[in-house]
Amino acid sequence: MLRQSQPNAGPNTPGHPLLTSPAPLLHRFANPGRFLRATARIMPWAWGLSLAVLLPAAAWALLVSPADWQQGETVRIMYVHVPMAWLAMAGYSGLAIASILALVWKHPLADLAARELSPVGAVATALCLATGSLWGRPMWGTWWAWDARMTSVLVLFFLWVGHAALTRAFEDEERGARAGAILALVGVVNLPIVKFSVDWWNTLHQPASVTRLAAPGMHVSMLGPLLACAAGFSLLFATLVLARVRAAVMERRVEALELARARAADRAPAEAVPA
Amino acid sequence: MSATTTTSRRGLGVAASRRRRRMLVLLLCALGIGAAAALALTAFRDNLVFFRSPSDIVSMASPDERAFRLGGLVEAGSVVRDGTEVRFRVTDGANAVAVFYRGVLPDLFREGQGVVTLGRMRPDGTFAASEVLARHDETYMPPEVMDALKRSGHWNPEQGAAPPAREWNTLEPAGGTGR
Repeated sequence: MLRQSQPNAGPNTPGHPLLTSPAPLLHRFANPGRFLRATARIMPWAWGLSLAVLLPAAAWALLVSPADWQQGETVRIMYVHVPMAWLAMAGYSGLAIASILALVWKHPLADLAARELSPVGAVATALCLATGSLWGRPMWGTWWAWDARMTSVLVLFFLWVGHAALTRAFEDEERGARAGAILALVGVVNLPIVKFSVDWWNTLHQPASVTRLAAPGMHVSMLGPLLACAAGFSLLFATLVLARVRAAVMERRVEALELARARAADRAPAEAVPA
Repeated sequence: MSATTTTSRRGLGVAASRRRRRMLVLLLCALGIGAAAALALTAFRDNLVFFRSPSDIVSMASPDERAFRLGGLVEAGSVVRDGTEVRFRVTDGANAVAVFYRGVLPDLFREGQGVVTLGRMRPDGTFAASEVLARHDETYMPPEVMDALKRSGHWNPEQGAAPPAREWNTLEPAGGTGR
């Protein structure tokens, strides 16, 4: 099975950090075997909960909630657009935290988490931009404007895509992860710009509606489905990232096992290694 | 590095001081980048605005020759349509600028609505717009709630933006208009 130790890998084998992790306190919780076992139990529940929240939320948003008094049915784009915008930002905060853990503590799973997070974050940001464009055309009268909000979100999208590309651009995976972590942390400067662009400068995009839950600028009959959709999409986002990290850990184990087996076969070609 | 298998006291101490150094370097970089970004944004502040208000234009010494964007609310009662030509005034409460536009208006265009227009000042002080975009505010409400606000005299959409949310959007359904 994949969980077995490598009998042929000596102490001098240059293994992947995941397979030769030291065990200080922080790293004990990053043991890849323990991570796989713990998450294997969670995964079916994570998928189930995501769908159990997202599907009713989507029905609530698309079928039950009222139309807006001036935007009409077009307002329903909001139920995808706003959660995607929130996830693009929250996901990037997660990427920054993973990058700090990777750079400072050399946490063995943090590099993998960052690497697997960026394609999902890029898709969320792309969906935010696409739905915003589809919404802007009928309401504002334009697909796109170079105002501070839209431009800064476009920069956020390029940061996500750049991180995904950079971490995969090196032959040596560790160097790629390092370069990606530095890029991710430099890009954090863009997060407050995205968030406050609508307050600092005048923009075509309107300011935030949901700032204080006590008196949001949105009627409760629309706020309810919006928050439900945000919860559903967030669960789905987290589940997708978790599934990707699990797959990445397993991929590396398979590679390591194959490498060890090839080495063993080289060393002793006469005796075949049993599977 | 992750390949350290030495668990001696000395090895752990070196690892800890390295970690502290990495943290310090990261913190210094964050400070530097943050300061650089803040300075750059302050320097470019004037170029980051998407549109100028009527008050900005009135206070301008000489009318700008180049095209720029003018934004504000469409003044109540100022819209005059003549075929595909439309004249209206854009106001920010203090000052107003007359706008002339020929073309298709966005669906959201109405009196009291926020607009952003792109164009040039003409010598007679009117703004010849080549593009009119609607700008909607951050309030979302079903038609019944808007009707209730209008009937109760709380808000007339033609007079401008909606009143502060806490006046109409408590978490209790207001006057049977909520769901």
